[in-house]
Amino acid sequence: MDPDRQSELNALRPDLLRFARLQLRDAGAAEDAVQETLLAALTGSHRFESRSSYKTWLISILRNKIVDTIRSQSRELSASSLADDDAGDDLLDDALFDRRGHWQASARPGRWGDPEASFEQQQFWNVFEACLDRLPAKTARVFMMREFLGLETEEICKETGISSSNCWVVLHRARLGLRTCLETNWFAGAGT
Amino acid sequence: MLSCQRATELMSQEQDRPLSLAERFGLRLHVLICAGCNNYRRQMAVLRAACRRFGSLGGQ
Repeated sequence: MDPDRQSELNALRPDLLRFARLQLRDAGAAEDAVQETLLAALTGSHRFESRSSYKTWLISILRNKIVDTIRSQSRELSASSLADDDAGDDLLDDALFDRRGHWQASARPGRWGDPEASFEQQQFWNVFEACLDRLPAKTARVFMMREFLGLETEEICKETGISSSNCWVVLHRARLGLRTCLETNWFAGAGT
Repeated sequence: MLSCQRATELMSQEQDRPLSLAERFGLRLHVLICAGCNNYRRQMAVLRAACRRFGSLGGQ
């Protein structure tokens, strides 16, 4: 084992772990997924041109491990268990929309300015992560399968046993919740 | 005329499935005259870009 590669793995480990934890919401399962990823990386004999291509390769292994974990544990993510997440939906809708479905004056979406400038700040990512964490567990799971693992709706349906239309509703709830949290806690404040 | 609430649903779904012609038309008309929803649509694009960045561990 190349000592450079070993130290690089060590440096990336906390990031991989955070990424896995956020999605699995289970420290033990996240730890396992990262361990297996590192093991696969250590036994692999690929050569990489650059540090970034090595990192990309590691992340793709981790993504597969996360999908495997989800596959093995989340057959029970049925429509009825998603209903547990619905409690806050009406509250959010009332805060955002009036009875005719138009934006409440206080909730009308604003301009977010230059997102790249936000992406450059560590503080933005802390808020982003906190907002993801605030989403109901199953809603967050479906959202991250779509956006972080890059699965299509049909694949998510297959893995979780929910219907396409249910999946679209859940993804919409996730995006609505996430953008509202970001607007309140970052873009409307001193962040930008 | 679409309500803003319905428009936000479509602005999410256009990232997950192709919208029908009628849906696309209704949405285009709506964001043309609704500044809030116009901003919302940009926000959806920012969310996706942020997720892409985060998902490649670029934002940590």
